[in-house]
Amino acid sequence: MYIVDMLGITKTFGELVANDNVDFQLRKGEIHALLGENGAGKTTLMRILYGLYRPDTGIIKVAEQPVEIHSPKDAIANGIGMVTQHFALVPPLSVAENIVLGNTDGFVVNRAAMEAKVAAAADRFGIVIDPKSLVRHLAVGQRQRVEILKALYRNARVLILDEPTAVLVPQEVDALFETLNRLKADGLSVIFISHKLHEVTQITDRVTVLRDGKLIGTVDTKDMSQSQLAAMMVGRETFGVTRKDEQHEQQPVTLRIDNLCAKNDQGMPALTNVCLEVKAGEILGIAGVGGNGQKELAESLCGVRDCASGSIQLAGKELIGKTPAGFTQAGVGRIPEDRHEGMVGDLTVTENLALEHLNEYTRSGVLDHKAIRTRAEELIHQFQIKARPNDPVRTLSGGNMQKVLLARVLSRNPKAVIVPQPTRGLDVGATDYVRQQLLEQRDRGAAILLISEDLDEILALSDRIAVIYEGEIVGILPAGEATPERLGLLMSGAVKEH
Amino acid sequence: METSRLRLRFVKTDNPPVWVRPLIPVLALVVTFILTSALIFWANANPFETYYHFLIAPLTTKVSALEILVKATPLMLTGAAVTFAFAAGYYNIGAEGQLFAGAIAAAGLGVAMKEVPAFITIPTIVIAGFAAGMLWATIPALLKVKLQVDEVVTTLLLNSVMGFIVSALLNGPWRDPNSGWPQSPEIGASAIFFKLIPRSRLNLGFVIGILVILVLWFVLTRTSFGLKMRAVGLGKPAARFAGIHVGRTTLIAALVSGGIAGIAGVAEVAGIQYHLIGDLSAGYGYTGIIIATLGSLNAVGVFIASLFFGLVDAGAQTVSRVLGVPVYLGEITQATMLLVALGFFLLQRYRLRRM
Repeated sequence: MYIVDMLGITKTFGELVANDNVDFQLRKGEIHALLGENGAGKTTLMRILYGLYRPDTGIIKVAEQPVEIHSPKDAIANGIGMVTQHFALVPPLSVAENIVLGNTDGFVVNRAAMEAKVAAAADRFGIVIDPKSLVRHLAVGQRQRVEILKALYRNARVLILDEPTAVLVPQEVDALFETLNRLKADGLSVIFISHKLHEVTQITDRVTVLRDGKLIGTVDTKDMSQSQLAAMMVGRETFGVTRKDEQHEQQPVTLRIDNLCAKNDQGMPALTNVCLEVKAGEILGIAGVGGNGQKELAESLCGVRDCASGSIQLAGKELIGKTPAGFTQAGVGRIPEDRHEGMVGDLTVTENLALEHLNEYTRSGVLDHKAIRTRAEELIHQFQIKARPNDPVRTLSGGNMQKVLLARVLSRNPKAVIVPQPTRGLDVGATDYVRQQLLEQRDRGAAILLISEDLDEILALSDRIAVIYEGEIVGILPAGEATPERLGLLMSGAVKEH
Repeated sequence: METSRLRLRFVKTDNPPVWVRPLIPVLALVVTFILTSALIFWANANPFETYYHFLIAPLTTKVSALEILVKATPLMLTGAAVTFAFAAGYYNIGAEGQLFAGAIAAAGLGVAMKEVPAFITIPTIVIAGFAAGMLWATIPALLKVKLQVDEVVTTLLLNSVMGFIVSALLNGPWRDPNSGWPQSPEIGASAIFFKLIPRSRLNLGFVIGILVILVLWFVLTRTSFGLKMRAVGLGKPAARFAGIHVGRTTLIAALVSGGIAGIAGVAEVAGIQYHLIGDLSAGYGYTGIIIATLGSLNAVGVFIASLFFGLVDAGAQTVSRVLGVPVYLGEITQATMLLVALGFFLLQRYRLRRM
């Protein structure tokens, strides 16, 4: 018997078919992985089950009964709970308050009774959490536990976890898996959305693979190897780019960062005495769990965040105090973390390509539209951007948007390139393209600072790897000595290596 | 359950087909007509006859056709002023006050320069009006750029402040002793905008309006400053990231916007009234916002929208005279038209698809 049975689900967004006639069956008491690349339609399918989207066609049955799920409220009533990647918690409230929120009985809130109930629930499900502590004081892994407890408290029998390990350090992942196994033993069913193969093979009983919105198949995990699953996921046996190993000891330092300190948007210290050197023809990877100062580091190096102290030198020239335009002129290739913050969506591809270098296309204040257009056509061709010159950038796919940014920056042959999260949200093809471009820049002799939360990406591309934790560089390793375990320890802040 | 019925759904598209654009004004007009008919019936008039007088009768005689252009002149200027600011993402609601700042400059210099020949006086008052509008716009612009104070609030509130300044001038130092009304003395003949066509009210102000529209078109589409302005207006973080000085661009756009609104005030004083009076502007600064929006922030659109509003303005007067309906019907029509047109702008991004 299936606790959840989704039949022939189709969902389109405009031209995009996110789910194409997908079937999905969940047994009682199993951990079931929903595996696929970014954009394969995993999250869409689960958002349909949780009532966040309505399917165009298809039937959903819960415990053999056809149901209409119009909203998360209907889903919860059917015993379905979801923990999304962005937690829906109120930080100033306590754990107990967050869990009871929207589910209080009566008008008066009895704090003591509420905390006792939550503590009892936590005890029953074996989730270690103090109901009295404030959510804002909790680490990400603990917040995730609150979200899971919130769903269980509302009598969820099916728990959907959307990429639950994306925000966790390896040690927290182990704790999460322990919790999930205990819930499974209690007869709960868990849907585990992921694109990480080693986690899927470690924790799940069955796997459903989606690719480009289509169902590829549902298999028993124990019958499959990681490479077989990878093949189902991407439709080819091998993928990715390969990096030639080279020695760069003799190369000069292009980008030198000395004792850099900066504050975050809330005015709290986000970077503490960051010292880094990037040599010509080298990719320096910055690994770390999200929110440990990566954003502030990237913005400081792009000239869009004021640094409290320290120095940034490009080929011996100080950059601190320069405007963003000054950084570009000095030879820094700046790619923003958020593509949408790097380009003006309502302006055309042509206009966005010219935006950083308008002065070169201007004669006594008047734009040379012809030169801009010619240059844009060249770049569209050279960087294989699938768009017409006059398309507004907001109509482009993520991959093509990233190509427009790469074209704008890399066509100038910058001395150093700052690339935070360059492949976030891109499909395999676009990801490979972006990584290939970065490797070509490295071979050309550019100094590349790659900031990424994707450890596989860091390991695949970097010559040396630095780990950032709470705004400090806690270790720098040559790529050859970096193992996921060693990096994981550094990323969790447990050790420092200098 | 719903399968037997025809099911239609809105589907969002990013590129509306080109033929939709010219259809919008026509559809907006039809819908506005339907919506306002009830009110016109209520005022005991025939909607068709009323709309004939609104939209067609003004075009039938030379006098009333020229009057359309006269009515359109201040709207062209305030529409251009608002467009300049809005394009850079600076929501200047203060064109009304900036218009009066320009009008004060024109009325003051127009009296003071009585003895100076026209070829000096006229350029001087236009430039002075521009400077005055700019000066008045400096206060909210600096507050915005330096302290991030919301310009919508400050520009709007400064309109009332300007209203009191004008009132104080007209009831105090500038009150014309020879007149029973609170108005400033008449400006000298050398400051009066000459007529383009004798025995009409059409004057130099219309030509200035056209020139400003041309400059607006050129700056927005042909210059790098125009592209920077649009980039700042459409995406501040991206513009900053690309190395554009967001603050400086915003400041310049805000000040030029105020200056253009100031010229609208000059045109009303020197072209129509010859005095500073309290109701010099029939809400032109605010109508400019409507014009800029309906003209979708481009110069050609602003030009067409201001002519259309000039037509409805001229028509509203004939309608009330001929049919005895309140002049306010004209204003209701304008307001309805704005809302309907905005609705269509939103809807053009969607397609109706049968399920």
